Amino acid sequence: MTEIAIRTENLSRDFGSVKAVDGLLMEVPSGIIFGFLGPNASGKTTTINLLLGLLEPTSGRAEVLGFDTRTQTSEIRTRSGALLEYPGLYEQMSAEDNLEFYGRVWKMGAAERQARVKELLAHFGLWERRRESVEKWSRGMKQKLATARALLHRPSLVFLDEPTAGLDVVAAASLRDDLAGLTAREGVTVFLTTHNMVEAERLCRLVAVIRQGRLLAVGHPDELRAHTDSPHVEVAGSGFNEHVLGLLRARPEVSAVEVQDRRLSIQLRQEMDVAPLVSLMVSAGVQVEEVRKGKASLEEVFLTLMEEER
Amino acid sequence: MIGDMLSVIWKERKSLFVSRGSRMRALWNLLIPLVLVAIWFPLAQGPDWVTSPVALIALMIPTLLVSTTIPDSFAGERERHTLSTLLASRLPDRAVLFGKLAVAVGYGWLVTIVAILLALLTVNAAHWQGHVLLYSPAIVVADVVLSFLLAVFVAGVGILISLRSASVQSAQQLLVTILLIPPLVLGVIFSVFHKQIGNALGGIDFMQAVLIAMGVLIAADVVLALAIMARFQRARLILG
Repeated sequence: MTEIAIRTENLSRDFGSVKAVDGLLMEVPSGIIFGFLGPNASGKTTTINLLLGLLEPTSGRAEVLGFDTRTQTSEIRTRSGALLEYPGLYEQMSAEDNLEFYGRVWKMGAAERQARVKELLAHFGLWERRRESVEKWSRGMKQKLATARALLHRPSLVFLDEPTAGLDVVAAASLRDDLAGLTAREGVTVFLTTHNMVEAERLCRLVAVIRQGRLLAVGHPDELRAHTDSPHVEVAGSGFNEHVLGLLRARPEVSAVEVQDRRLSIQLRQEMDVAPLVSLMVSAGVQVEEVRKGKASLEEVFLTLMEEER
Repeated sequence: MIGDMLSVIWKERKSLFVSRGSRMRALWNLLIPLVLVAIWFPLAQGPDWVTSPVALIALMIPTLLVSTTIPDSFAGERERHTLSTLLASRLPDRAVLFGKLAVAVGYGWLVTIVAILLALLTVNAAHWQGHVLLYSPAIVVADVVLSFLLAVFVAGVGILISLRSASVQSAQQLLVTILLIPPLVLGVIFSVFHKQIGNALGGIDFMQAVLIAMGVLIAADVVLALAIMARFQRARLILG
């Protein structure tokens, strides 16, 4: 039986008349990276604050690592790590001292602390710069250090609130690789909030989509695609005139057709062989350069869910 | 709890003194009050320094130092976005609160003690009487005990202000403004009613006045301690 790291039952939190989290019902199995996706102000950070016991729910309840978030907050925080909205580093202090402090907070012995600090700084490529104060570091390096801090005491569960936000592509990819490697090696459960779909798709075994505090969907990225995605075909080329579009729309297996620049997107009602459609277009004068049967990206699934919710 | 407080004290000490930028700032903050209390006033007062109430000028040290360190420690954590990470850790609220308080109060108090000892050296070196000049008991009690109680008082007011301030600067400005009010009000009252006050307090000697001040500060410190313990709670801090 899979162990459950996080369980919420109709978890809600209001701020005045605003429902920041609204009846959240979900389970996060242990040992996976769980993606919690949503646009800005959708309730992701509030959910983390509720799960860490930093905020009391207005109604409903949640269990984290088997502990109640209302009454056993200390037990939860003892076993969890967190990288919240900001890196939260003491910028005038050195990288080593930042980790040293949190090692003391988590009551790690001196020898264990030193070994773990060295291991993590080396893993993230920061060991050579451990004595520098972090204020002049790049955002990517700070995020790596903050991630190292969250993992310092070998927590069972780590909350990462948009860890790659604001990083350039290279820094984000590097942090993602480090994170994936480390979490796999240490078997830690990761609750990852992000609005970066590529990140979620690459890292997460399960994803949940939240909007305006309400959970829209939970599942493996492929399951979400199956739920929300109809098969489609992307055609690159020229000659996509109204006559061609009319011919395609008249076909019973086609549900929608859209042209953007030199790309034609055909939504199908069901999986099918697309050769007859390509023949139709060629015979109508379309110059076809490329045909690709589409599998929607997680981003498209996300946008579809957002659209449906509206 | 003590172990957790020591962790916070370790970090606060690093932030305050050990980090390069902080060390220079802390030295500059120390320089003027130390020069005034340890050198200028003892030289100006001469041997009277060890018995005169002027020696209470040392009480400005905890006021000045604590009023700069507390906003930096509390409002600064929020301004620099380190507070939420700290609150997401296993540290109990009280360990964070009292660890920070201990460093600020300890710093202000210890510097005061060092300053009055240096002042004693200065006055003995500059006005040697053939024997070592020592402070009168009333001055010792006043400087040592009142400086501690005053440091706690300033810290308490500073914490309450800092928890409601968005930035270190606004917290420091408001704290200094508030700390200036009591001396100004007392000054106005004394200048208007000096005869009546003189008659009423005529029978009170310096030591008794010090004890009264201690009683008032202890009461104020207890009230402030209760207020900050009620206010310094994770949920309230997270919501700002």
